[in-house]
Amino acid sequence: MEYFVQQLVNGLTLGSIYGLIAIGYTMVYGIIGMINFAHGDIFMIGSFIALATFLILTTVLGFAFLPVVLLIVIIVAMLFTAAWGWSVERIAYRPLRGSFRLAPLITAIGMSIVLQNFVQITQGARVKPLPPQIQGGITLMTGQTDAGPIVVQISYMQMIIIVSTIVLMAGFTLLISRTPLGRAQRACEQDTKMAALLGVDVDRTISLTFVMGAALAAVAGFMFLMLYGVIDFYIGFLAGVKAFTAAVLGGIGSLPGAMLGGLLIGLIEVFWSGYFTVEYKDVAAFSILAIVLIFLPSGLLGKPEVEKV
Amino acid sequence: MAADNVAVPASEINPVGAQAEREQRKAGLEPAGPAGAFDWMAALRSAGQAAFLAGVLAFFFIGMSTDIAPGGLVLSYRWLGLVYAIALVFFGRLLLEAFIFHAAPASARAIAAVVFILVVIGMMAYGLPGSRQANRLLVGAVLGALVVAVLYVVARWRSGARTAARTKRVEAAPRFAWLARAATIVLLLVAAVLPFLITTFFPAQQRQYIDLAILIMTYVMLGWGLNIVVGLAGLLDLGYVAFYAVGAYSFALLSTHFDFIGFWVALPLAGMLAAMWGLILGFPVLRLRGDYLAIVTLAFGEIIRIVLLNWYQFTNGPNGISGIPKPTFFGLEFVRGSGGFADFFGIEYSTIHRFMYLYYIILILALVTNFVTMRLRRLPIGRAWEALREDEIACRSLGINTTNTKLTAFAIGAMFGGFAGSFFATRQGFVSPESFTFIESAIILAIVVLGGMGSQIGVVIASVVMIGGIEMLRNLDFLQEIFPGVDPVQYRMLIFGLAMVAIMVWKPRGLITTREPSAVLKEKKKIGADLVAQGEGH
Repeated sequence: MEYFVQQLVNGLTLGSIYGLIAIGYTMVYGIIGMINFAHGDIFMIGSFIALATFLILTTVLGFAFLPVVLLIVIIVAMLFTAAWGWSVERIAYRPLRGSFRLAPLITAIGMSIVLQNFVQITQGARVKPLPPQIQGGITLMTGQTDAGPIVVQISYMQMIIIVSTIVLMAGFTLLISRTPLGRAQRACEQDTKMAALLGVDVDRTISLTFVMGAALAAVAGFMFLMLYGVIDFYIGFLAGVKAFTAAVLGGIGSLPGAMLGGLLIGLIEVFWSGYFTVEYKDVAAFSILAIVLIFLPSGLLGKPEVEKV
Repeated sequence: MAADNVAVPASEINPVGAQAEREQRKAGLEPAGPAGAFDWMAALRSAGQAAFLAGVLAFFFIGMSTDIAPGGLVLSYRWLGLVYAIALVFFGRLLLEAFIFHAAPASARAIAAVVFILVVIGMMAYGLPGSRQANRLLVGAVLGALVVAVLYVVARWRSGARTAARTKRVEAAPRFAWLARAATIVLLLVAAVLPFLITTFFPAQQRQYIDLAILIMTYVMLGWGLNIVVGLAGLLDLGYVAFYAVGAYSFALLSTHFDFIGFWVALPLAGMLAAMWGLILGFPVLRLRGDYLAIVTLAFGEIIRIVLLNWYQFTNGPNGISGIPKPTFFGLEFVRGSGGFADFFGIEYSTIHRFMYLYYIILILALVTNFVTMRLRRLPIGRAWEALREDEIACRSLGINTTNTKLTAFAIGAMFGGFAGSFFATRQGFVSPESFTFIESAIILAIVVLGGMGSQIGVVIASVVMIGGIEMLRNLDFLQEIFPGVDPVQYRMLIFGLAMVAIMVWKPRGLITTREPSAVLKEKKKIGADLVAQGEGH
């Protein structure tokens, strides 16, 4: 029981990170119907920016008060990563707007290769270790197992991750459902041509979609950095594939679905590693995706596709 | 596009339809602003914006780098690099404004070009004392002039394309078809004698060049195999490398466990096993549409790789399997001494024979793939694939069993992947999961799409350009003379990615933009780009 609760906490933390990345995939898919393969690498870019900002603030400028430092790191990472997201869209996707479907997919894969290698060349191929900055946590429960006493703990970092994910999600939901920008975004998602006819600036809305997705991915990158303490230029690929899996699992195009899918993938991965083998955790996640899709072909919360003749 | 032109049927000039028209417009056929005065203020403003963005993007990546030091991570700064990047973007954008985005007058173009060249010279010369300064000034001038020249040619070509579009020159279709056939025959002949050309003209690097030719042919074959799935049946497969891996490991495991199994016995077995895996995977997932299919195939590719990596007892895990036998020529091995290939035919032994033989194996395998594909396209099953690609609902209404049709495409594509995989295993003599990462699938898919339209010859062109080009970058040692401390090999994949983006933006439909129909009624008409639902994944 205690072990289960501990894994649940870990799974929710990991799932939050996946969920935040998955939102970027699902929003882009919803609005222009393409798989933005470079999104995982935007997440990686975000974590590198967060790392550099953190080092500037602590070692160069000598800030010591951690909450303020972390807040500044998050904001800087979101802003700069958003610029990356915007540029990627502008360079690789906008020229292909309205082209056939595989073209932006190929530029997305190309962009992903470019971003990975750019970071590898400029920052080096070695992993960057950052010692844990926030120590300690709250003990939820203690118990006794055959192997000895077991303590269920939720670390402060995990709490920060889960709480800030909830806050971000709430804010984001408000943004999508209440603001003019969100309205434009939903309109474009339903029917780009009609939205354009009604005076929505489609190009601007799509750009802002990429900006928002990149900003959320930057937060995920920051969390990944703080939680695991090691990043390298290659983390974007696996995280991106998992997050995309999460988006598909939840029903691509659906925002709550992305979050739900992210949490599920995180939980599956953690529970599989906890109870079975660590090596096959990705296999478990991918297999569950395949099984869910066979029975629910449009994901958990996705709208069923209407076939028009 | 030619809606107002009644004399010539539109379909004979250009792809019909709004989508193609949009692409054409984007490709620069729309008027590029009024000729005459060049708005320097606007150009400077947009150059400034681009430079600002470049500064923001480059700040954390070019401006500084995080390095591992004894006491933890430290930052080291490269402010000069950041300044260079910003300056390059600013003046480069100015150059683009003058040459590409606007039809600026010659004086404005000259000013932008001279400034750009001076900036490049300054960058190359700055901070380098001594006798090499003059050399570097010269190199800077040449580099700057090269960029300007390329832009000038592009600008000329685009304005040429604009006039051509206005006058609507009609390309004579039959002559074009004849040319294409001639080109195919010439290409085939070149491919057939390529190893001898290499050994005659490049005896010093013969091994390297034949190796490169083998690599390119392998990708051609993989591209042709995937083309059955993506180009013909229209299914988006992001995990094609899985079948490549199945083929490679089938041969590796069979040959290392059973002595009597050589390459020629294992080849059909590997193909069959890969096809079987295609069926096993395809059966549950082919009901999925479009991107769902894409992600499941991607997931399947990763699953295969992870299993190969972790099933230690069976696959030897990350260490891979070595000692895979080399192919024999009707039982003759390529070894020195009696009983070998050279001895039997009474020629002098050379290690290059084995590479030439490998080249011919992959050439024949690839041609078989091509031949089978071309034939299948005319069979009922091939027509069903193409019909399925265009409209699944119509297919179902006409009584085509869509699941079986998709499954055959998947399995046949997988089979050719398996053949290629088993060739890969015998060429390397060693397989490990390292070789079957997602990036391989991505490269193969990129070759198919960059080639364009499910075109067979397009796959060849794309493989030669992408794979050959990228391997050629290994030979650019002279770049190290120009940019000291820069290893061009490091930049291979970066350039590869940039080339993928650039080619796609330049030609969204790939390099070949029309195709011959597989089946015709009375007369042959070119099929336009937007009439092919390649990779839509119904």
